[in-house]
Amino acid sequence: MLEQKGAEDFGDGSTADGVSQPTEFGFDAQSEAEIAEHIKKYPPGKQASAVLPLLYIVQGQMRRQTGSAWVPRVAMDAVAARLGMAPIRVYEVATFYLMFNTSPIGRHHLQICRTTPCWLRGSDAIEAACREVTGITGWHETSADGLFTLSEVECLGACVNAPVLQIDDDMYEDLDHDSTVRLLEAFRRGEKPKPGSVTGRLTSAPEGGPTTLTTLQNQGPPPEPAPPLPAE
Amino acid sequence: MLDDRDRIFTNLYGQYDWGLKGALARGDWDGTAGIIARGREAIIEEMKASGLRGRGGAGFPTGMKWSFMPKVSDGRPAYLVVNADESEPGTCKDRDILRHDPHKLIEGCLLASFAMGAHVSYIYIRGEFYNEACNLQAAIDQAYEAGLIGPNAAGSGWDFELYLHRGAGAYICGEETALLESLEGKKGMPRLKPPFPAAVGLYGCPSTVNNVESIAVAPTILRRGAAWFSALGRPKNTGTKLFCISGHVNKPCNVEEELGIPLRELIDTYAGGVRGGWDNLLAVIPGGSSVPLLPKSICDTVLMDFDSLRDVKSGLGTAAVIVMDKSTDVISAIARLAHFYKHESCGQCTPCREGTGWMMRVMNRMVQGRAESAEIDLLEQVTRQIEGHTICALGDAAAWPIQGLIRHFRPVIEERIAAYVASGATGRLAPTPVNLPRAAE
Ligand SMILES: Cc1cc2nc3c(=O)[nH]c(=O)nc-3n(C[C@H](O)[C@H](O)[C@H](O)COP(=O)(O)O)c2cc1C
Ligand code: SF4
Ligand code: FES
Repeated sequence: MLEQKGAEDFGDGSTADGVSQPTEFGFDAQSEAEIAEHIKKYPPGKQASAVLPLLYIVQGQMRRQTGSAWVPRVAMDAVAARLGMAPIRVYEVATFYLMFNTSPIGRHHLQICRTTPCWLRGSDAIEAACREVTGITGWHETSADGLFTLSEVECLGACVNAPVLQIDDDMYEDLDHDSTVRLLEAFRRGEKPKPGSVTGRLTSAPEGGPTTLTTLQNQGPPPEPAPPLPAE
Repeated sequence: MLDDRDRIFTNLYGQYDWGLKGALARGDWDGTAGIIARGREAIIEEMKASGLRGRGGAGFPTGMKWSFMPKVSDGRPAYLVVNADESEPGTCKDRDILRHDPHKLIEGCLLASFAMGAHVSYIYIRGEFYNEACNLQAAIDQAYEAGLIGPNAAGSGWDFELYLHRGAGAYICGEETALLESLEGKKGMPRLKPPFPAAVGLYGCPSTVNNVESIAVAPTILRRGAAWFSALGRPKNTGTKLFCISGHVNKPCNVEEELGIPLRELIDTYAGGVRGGWDNLLAVIPGGSSVPLLPKSICDTVLMDFDSLRDVKSGLGTAAVIVMDKSTDVISAIARLAHFYKHESCGQCTPCREGTGWMMRVMNRMVQGRAESAEIDLLEQVTRQIEGHTICALGDAAAWPIQGLIRHFRPVIEERIAAYVASGATGRLAPTPVNLPRAAE
């Protein structure tokens, strides 16, 4: 994860990779409410624990305000000030963890898993489909229309539903070339297809339905999806 | 085949309500206060008697781990930290617990925390599990609302706070001390041990880190009894286990079965068999990416438990079974894991930081055959120099898959090199990479 982020230069106003950084950042009302929720989880004096939640909150606010979920440097400074941390400690954290984007990204973040279990089941075809639809040739690049950023990620923890493509916060599973193309075209039309298996398979059960847990009493259907987390 | 009545995760696939109502219907939160009334010692003794071994990869006995926590507080609080960072390639079992059976985990957190004298517990969930975190947070909120956690949790007299904390994309944060660093708001870099977390853990306080599955099975064990659990599985390898079967099988899936089930039976019964039939099997990684792979000859008979797999120089790890059929380029499959470990090394120890990159580069050449035969031994020696010489076990985890490849598939590597030379290319000094996999820089 060390060199994944491209060269950042925190010395002056610009960065080595040419990211143009906003000059100011303030938490909006929604972010303020979320920050309060998170800080109270940790003991007094240990509010640095909230650095990951606060960076998520920054990224969420940037998504709301600019359409691009990323963490500008001034926002890292704001997080540092809020948590009483040295700014360098926040920069370290923001660049250590893969899920924080330290430069702007497209509206949708396509994250292809290419680790062995996904590769065995055809992640190369998913990659090809993503490149065809978006025209992106490299990694962590954004399509000309600003709609998609393509990244390579390691195992997403959904390997029995390989190959897996995470789009923003959602996993799309059991993909192949054509279903990936259809999926991305739907995103391009502004739709958001239902996450999970694209073949309609029930979560991690074998295709065709469960062969265990079949003798149990029906306990009622699943409820509505859970509400989003306060941090997004 | 394990009887459904002996399965713990009865909503594994999420057909049913994952919320509190569904959980109550499945028997969760039944008599929780009564279990707590038995006292700390009795709970730990029951867990010891059950024989449960940690489900996070290392297989350390859970009851014994809990018993390491101070019996009497020296004034510092104690913490239970649940490891929901699930990132070991091949592994996707905790995900099903988090999204489909979160109340088993929450009740387990209460019982385990009580047994260890902890009033506060954190669940550290990998950042990519966003929707899983939504379900879990909703379930935590339900449990608070129903008085099952919080002050006087479930009417037990024990005050208990439970918080969810999201990671942000770093495999290394699954290592228990890196997880604690991360939870404290730092880079996820493992700590030297000792001191162990039970003495100096989260915020310098006594802490225990346990895997999601280890904690989530505890309430059922305590309700049904150690004798029930230990009657399942094999001696020293007791109970049921969630297996994840991925790769070249007809029907990849998760399933709960008894430890000690033959690998072949597991694949044939639940995952629809190997693609193209059992005879089309090449190799299996039986316990997540960190354990050495096994060739078909061993897969024919091996049992899926800690000790049986250790005896064949592999391991149960996380019980993530990655199946490769004969169409697989096995060198490439392992090279991809080398890429994974290189990518995930936190970089603080030299053997791991330098070694994972070196191994990846050599593996990428081996994929093409652009190497010399002598380099196979060199590669093997380098894995030995990394193994056991690093702060955390990621170094070992990076070394083992390659050792397994060399142990069982050396002729394939040699053939690849010979083919490369025969094609007119000139061994390791070949100027231009041919078909270099994207994994390489
Ligand atoms: C590099 C590395 C990654 C790990 N990742 C995980 C993980 O994602 N989940 C987990 O439960 N344990 C993981 N572990 C093991 C933990 O360090 C620890 O042993 C485990 O959480 C203990 O739980 P248990 O005793 O219940 O098995 C990892 C270990 C290493 C060395
Ligand atoms: S072994 Fe690797 S991952 Fe573990 S502490 Fe050392 S450098 Fe970091
Ligand atoms: S390997 Fe792709 S989700 Fe695990």
